Amino acid sequence: MLGKLTWSAIPFDQPIPLIAGGVVIVALLAVLIWVVVKGHLPYLWREWITSVDHKRIGVMYVLLASVMFLRGGSDAILMRIQQAIAYQSQGYLPPEHYNQIFSAHGTIMIFFVAMPFVIGLMNLVVPLQLGVRDVAFPTLNSVGFWLTATGALLVNLSLVIGEFARTGWLAFPPLSGLVYSPGVGVDYYAWSLQISGVGTLVAGINLVTTVLKLRTKGMNYLRMPMFCWTTLASNLLIVAAFPILTATLAMLLLDRYLGFHFFTNEAGGNVMMFMNLIWAWGHPEVYILVLPAFGIFSEVVSTFSGKPLFGYRSMVLATMAICVISFMVWLHHFFTMGAGPDVNAIFGIASMIIAVPTGVKIYNWLFTMYGGRIRFATPMLWSVGFMVTFIIGGLTGVLVAVPPADFILHNSMFLVAHFHNVIIGGVLFGAFAGFTYWFPKAFGFRLDERWGKAAFWCTFIGFYVTFVPLYAAGMLGMTRRMQHYDVAVWRPWMIVAVIGMAILTVAVVCQVVQLVVSIRNREALRDRTGDPWDGRSLEWATSSPPPVFNFAFHPDVRGEDAYWEMKAKARQEQFAHAEPEYRDIEMPRNSPTGFVCAFFATIMGFALIWHIWWMVILGLIGAWATFVVFAWRDHDEYVIPAADVARIDRANIEERRNLVSLAGSV
Amino acid sequence: MAIAATAGHAHGDPHHIGVVIEHPGPAPKRVVTGFGFWIFLLSDIVMFSCFFAAYAVLLGQTAGGPKGAELFDQRNVAIETVCLLVSSFTCGMASIAADVRNRFWFYLAMAATCLLGLIFLAIEFREFADLVARGAGPTRSAFLTAFFTLVGCHGLHVTAGILWLLTMMAQVFAKGFRADIMRRMLCFALFWHALDIIWVAVFSVVYLLGSAP
Repeated sequence: MLGKLTWSAIPFDQPIPLIAGGVVIVALLAVLIWVVVKGHLPYLWREWITSVDHKRIGVMYVLLASVMFLRGGSDAILMRIQQAIAYQSQGYLPPEHYNQIFSAHGTIMIFFVAMPFVIGLMNLVVPLQLGVRDVAFPTLNSVGFWLTATGALLVNLSLVIGEFARTGWLAFPPLSGLVYSPGVGVDYYAWSLQISGVGTLVAGINLVTTVLKLRTKGMNYLRMPMFCWTTLASNLLIVAAFPILTATLAMLLLDRYLGFHFFTNEAGGNVMMFMNLIWAWGHPEVYILVLPAFGIFSEVVSTFSGKPLFGYRSMVLATMAICVISFMVWLHHFFTMGAGPDVNAIFGIASMIIAVPTGVKIYNWLFTMYGGRIRFATPMLWSVGFMVTFIIGGLTGVLVAVPPADFILHNSMFLVAHFHNVIIGGVLFGAFAGFTYWFPKAFGFRLDERWGKAAFWCTFIGFYVTFVPLYAAGMLGMTRRMQHYDVAVWRPWMIVAVIGMAILTVAVVCQVVQLVVSIRNREALRDRTGDPWDGRSLEWATSSPPPVFNFAFHPDVRGEDAYWEMKAKARQEQFAHAEPEYRDIEMPRNSPTGFVCAFFATIMGFALIWHIWWMVILGLIGAWATFVVFAWRDHDEYVIPAADVARIDRANIEERRNLVSLAGSV
Repeated sequence: MAIAATAGHAHGDPHHIGVVIEHPGPAPKRVVTGFGFWIFLLSDIVMFSCFFAAYAVLLGQTAGGPKGAELFDQRNVAIETVCLLVSSFTCGMASIAADVRNRFWFYLAMAATCLLGLIFLAIEFREFADLVARGAGPTRSAFLTAFFTLVGCHGLHVTAGILWLLTMMAQVFAKGFRADIMRRMLCFALFWHALDIIWVAVFSVVYLLGSAP
């Protein structure tokens, strides 16, 4: 009846996960009770859970990423403490548990923090920058978000019911095969990624179509803001790479569930095929994450330097070059697994070539700053911090891309330091820059600058204190994923790293405090003009937060930096223009499809993990029925009357007149 | 936004390339839907290509079990292929019937498509059952694992397509040729034709190359 699920699945004998899980459950229940008692549930359902508005979905993505960031971060703290005290001792974590923690940390940080964060920002901003009312497929967008949430839920469920994979974040067979991992850990891993992967694919299709087919009048390709370009490149990579992950995990699951032989040791299975497939997805994944961050830096650097982006066209070219080359280097992830010198040489050279377009980008940002009027607001600090950090990460990356060097450094702490260097210094800094930069657009008030700067400096310093020692430990021969060790020279570095971790924890606290303080002072921080940073692209042309329809009518774009030119023009002509003719606007209606579909997906995923077959069928039928019901409805749009549009738009124009008259010239 | 309406100065060609095609604005819904579905189909083809790659890698890994040449019955495959290709034709007929709003021909063509799809599935199911009965099931060797997964994945797509097809017929029956239903019909037709293309690859790679001695 309940498959493999028994009471023994709940780890009553292990206090750490049980207490952590208990706290989370109590907190969740408390929030839920508070919401119900205060009567917020109808509002949440109407305005957020069933919302198909790309801005709301974007916000929910970022919220999901933030919550999961706390979870993944606490895993990191546990690991650093373990390695600091586990010199000639077992430390405080049993090996079983430690292995689950590093696997969960990697999985969560990549799939449920970095991915939803960048997809959330893209969702929020790209339709605004393109000057359109919504993404191409609004309801599908909601489905994609809720499926991602399902994946995150399943991963967290593994904390209390059953176990998580002990295989590392990519679950290499044969370790992840049934013979060596008979428990449900790998199943949790694979099904949560499979379900959230569908969500990611949906988001990718949606954003590619949005950028290619829904641009406002006059928005030619070479007038799109840089963030739209990097969004396009990143989502093209999603569409091309995520199906590979789906296929690979499907093969692994077939091996585990039905006794197939894709990756087994016996009957002719081929483990190297898994390596090739998983990294054919995994390498582009790195660029799926970092390209949007590059776009964010481009926007931030040009806005806060008060200059157009230097070398816009070379930037576009570099972006697309990275998009293509990223698919040609996957083999550098297993130089040491016997591919032979010729293959290694080719992939080593291809890997180093990626540094060229990346270098182009760095120089372009520097030249954008050169001669500009730079304002060091928080987003700009993150961007400059990124440039310094990412260059170091890139240089160590070139080192690892040299096959002979890789034979020494692979699988060591050096590697751990390298990819944290590029992913924290690139993706996370970019996510925080974008968060601070676009927060006023999403909520109508700015974030507190003092706490934001404190958070930046703590993260920046904490990052170096944590990861430079890991480079050193790697050079001294320390391999990664060690539960405990007996080499005395590694120990001091591990202790420094745990101090760095403490500083990073302070940084996270600063971020939380920043949010609380800003919400409390929101009246003082209110952004009435919709353009708090004196921005250059179209998202700043509407109010903050934007009305549900984004723009009262489609803006007419005449060049790069569309809004900057509009401001300059409006100032020259002293607002002597006729009011446009307002029309009725049709917007897509809210729909619970995404939420209901994810509900059934959760049931199905959970049932698959525990082999509860009747429940799997129930989930499948439920998900299919949800879509049929959705397809059956008669009215999928509602109309906002022209009078309302005019009222909202007039108020917005009145608010920003003062600001525009102060704006700089082109 | 009124500011936008007046930004009328010509800045169309800042880099003096000469040709400036002004972007006319967002594309109509039908184009957007079809385009998005094309992107999905491309991603689906990427997934299939992984299974094709796995088949190519594992083709020789028979673990002492039977090879393709001993297992595949080309006559069966020929009938399957004919069924699927003809069903693509009838699917095209259904699209045309929907375009001219002819319910009778629409139902007839869709029913024919459904029937041909079911025959295809029945033949495939019989082939699979026969192989398993002969001790050549997917767990026998890595080669057979790859074979069953690749062909089975295509079969699953056909099954999903038939479910979708029946839903489309029910929708036209209940709601008529409404704009949103026509958009879905466009996507369904694309899906069905794409399955044909993938089958041609399956036919060539799995059955022709795979049965080479």
